[in-house]
Amino acid sequence: MSNTKFILGVYEDEDILLNAITNIRTAGVKIHEVYSPFPVHGIDDVLGYKRSKLSIVAFLFGVLGTSLALIMQIGMMGVDWPMIIGGKDFIPYPSFVPVIFELTVLLAAYGMCFTFFIVSDLKPWAKPRIFDLRITDDKHVMAIDLDQNKIDVAKIDKILKDNGASEVNQKTFDEA
Amino acid sequence: MTTVEEKYDFSAKAKKNLLITVGIGIALTILGIVLMSTGGHHEEAAHESGHAFSWINRLGVDIWINNIYFTGIAIVGVFFFALQYAAQAGWSAGIKRIPLAFGSWLPTAGILMLVSFFVFGHDLFHWTHHDLYDTTSHEFDSIINAKKSYFFWPLSDHSSVPVFFIARMVFFFGLWYYLFMKLRKLAFQEDFEGGTASWYSMRKLSAVFLIIFAVTSSIAAWDWVMSIDTHWFSTMFGWYVFASWWVTTLALITFITIHLKEKGLLSIVNENHLHDIGKFVFAFSVFWTYIWFSQFLLIYYANIPEETIYFVERWNNDQYGIIFFVNLFLNFILPFLLLMPRDAKRHTAILKVVTPIVIFGHWIDFYLMITPGSLKGNGGYGLVEFGTMLIYGGVFLYVVLNSLSKAPLYSKNDPMLNESLHHHVQ
Repeated sequence: MSNTKFILGVYEDEDILLNAITNIRTAGVKIHEVYSPFPVHGIDDVLGYKRSKLSIVAFLFGVLGTSLALIMQIGMMGVDWPMIIGGKDFIPYPSFVPVIFELTVLLAAYGMCFTFFIVSDLKPWAKPRIFDLRITDDKHVMAIDLDQNKIDVAKIDKILKDNGASEVNQKTFDEA
Repeated sequence: MTTVEEKYDFSAKAKKNLLITVGIGIALTILGIVLMSTGGHHEEAAHESGHAFSWINRLGVDIWINNIYFTGIAIVGVFFFALQYAAQAGWSAGIKRIPLAFGSWLPTAGILMLVSFFVFGHDLFHWTHHDLYDTTSHEFDSIINAKKSYFFWPLSDHSSVPVFFIARMVFFFGLWYYLFMKLRKLAFQEDFEGGTASWYSMRKLSAVFLIIFAVTSSIAAWDWVMSIDTHWFSTMFGWYVFASWWVTTLALITFITIHLKEKGLLSIVNENHLHDIGKFVFAFSVFWTYIWFSQFLLIYYANIPEETIYFVERWNNDQYGIIFFVNLFLNFILPFLLLMPRDAKRHTAILKVVTPIVIFGHWIDFYLMITPGSLKGNGGYGLVEFGTMLIYGGVFLYVVLNSLSKAPLYSKNDPMLNESLHHHVQ
């Protein structure tokens, strides 16, 4: 059983939020996460997020799909049960292309989705941390993890308020 | 908001470089012709096929390839411009006058095509041979005879000029040029007047143009390219030619955009715009491959002799067999792999390598559509092909860059300019 304590800065406007993020980060405060009801342009830049490696995963799964499709078709048509169809070779590569394409797309899409679920810890029995219900409505919420910051709570409070937070709350999660 | 007018300066140095390119092209072509007529390498093959073959045939075919290729870039440039208005696209505000300038090639292209049809038409198009329509001749061809009216209507006398064919050519070029000039006039009017009136007129005109273009570009592809293999036909062909033209044009737009940016122009175009146009090149390289393969697979699988002859002539052939695969390698595999990473599209280094490959690759694509059909075994590739390509390329760029330098590179009154300035892609 451990307690995780967060300070939450609530923001009304995304321009103020973007400014606040930059200032708070330069002040040396580590931001845990920012929640917003709609995508905010440029927010990943100011938060300093690195580009996701998901596209590399997609490529690798695509290559896997291509290989599987080739192995499957060559194995079936060329090795396991060779048949002459329409006067073609036993292994007619051009006719394999549609299946190769489909399997590549299928595996790339599924692979990317499931990888995303796994790295985002999105499992059916996951207990999401709900910081503030209003993040699905009209408020942006910036969560600051107190374990990761060596700065005094009152000081963080002040920094948040100085940078346009409409309110500052605290929330503690009890986790097993 | 940037409101400084940026103008492209077509400098004397650039002009000189292009003229030198044309000069090299002429020299290579002449050298190629001299080598061909003295080498006598092809005469044996010519005797076998029974047709008299000379270097004129090959020169004619090469000129025709360039006619088709550069006409395509010109009209598809206008198509790109029209598409931006019909789709109400905002991101392209900074670059859309580059493709518009391609349209300036249309009048020259039309004249060149008409003249070269009268000069070389007989060597290029099997259907121009009169014996084919003469029932008493042993050359009589009932299949081509049935297609006669598509070329010769309203004249039934088969020794006459192909009125319908030429009328279509003149009509297409006339219509394209007329619509291009109207769009161009409206675009430049915007520079002086401001407001949104020109934008709305352009959107309306663009929609009209797109409908006309859809029909005419397809028919043009049948007329100028597919009718070379008169017996053969493919319902995909209009799309196939369009896909090739379109991706070439996109690559050329990208290339010129990068060139202008390196000269310090187009300050409102940043890596986000490059990313979008790079995605276009990537996506439509795949699209071209999709169309190419859709045409190929059905013919391959059905295995009907009348259809497979097209690929027998191109693939199972010592001369063209290699180019058949080079075509796929340059136009699909290279752009597909090189442009896949995000950074490849956002920075100029890889785009500068890939776009010339795509531009050259699609010239080869048109070579493969035209040469094997009209020259059969007598075709080849060498100095004449390269030389004519340089001549046409040089003159084309001269006309286009000259047209580009006549007006600001983008309109300061474009209603979409603000959106383009804030364009941001992940």
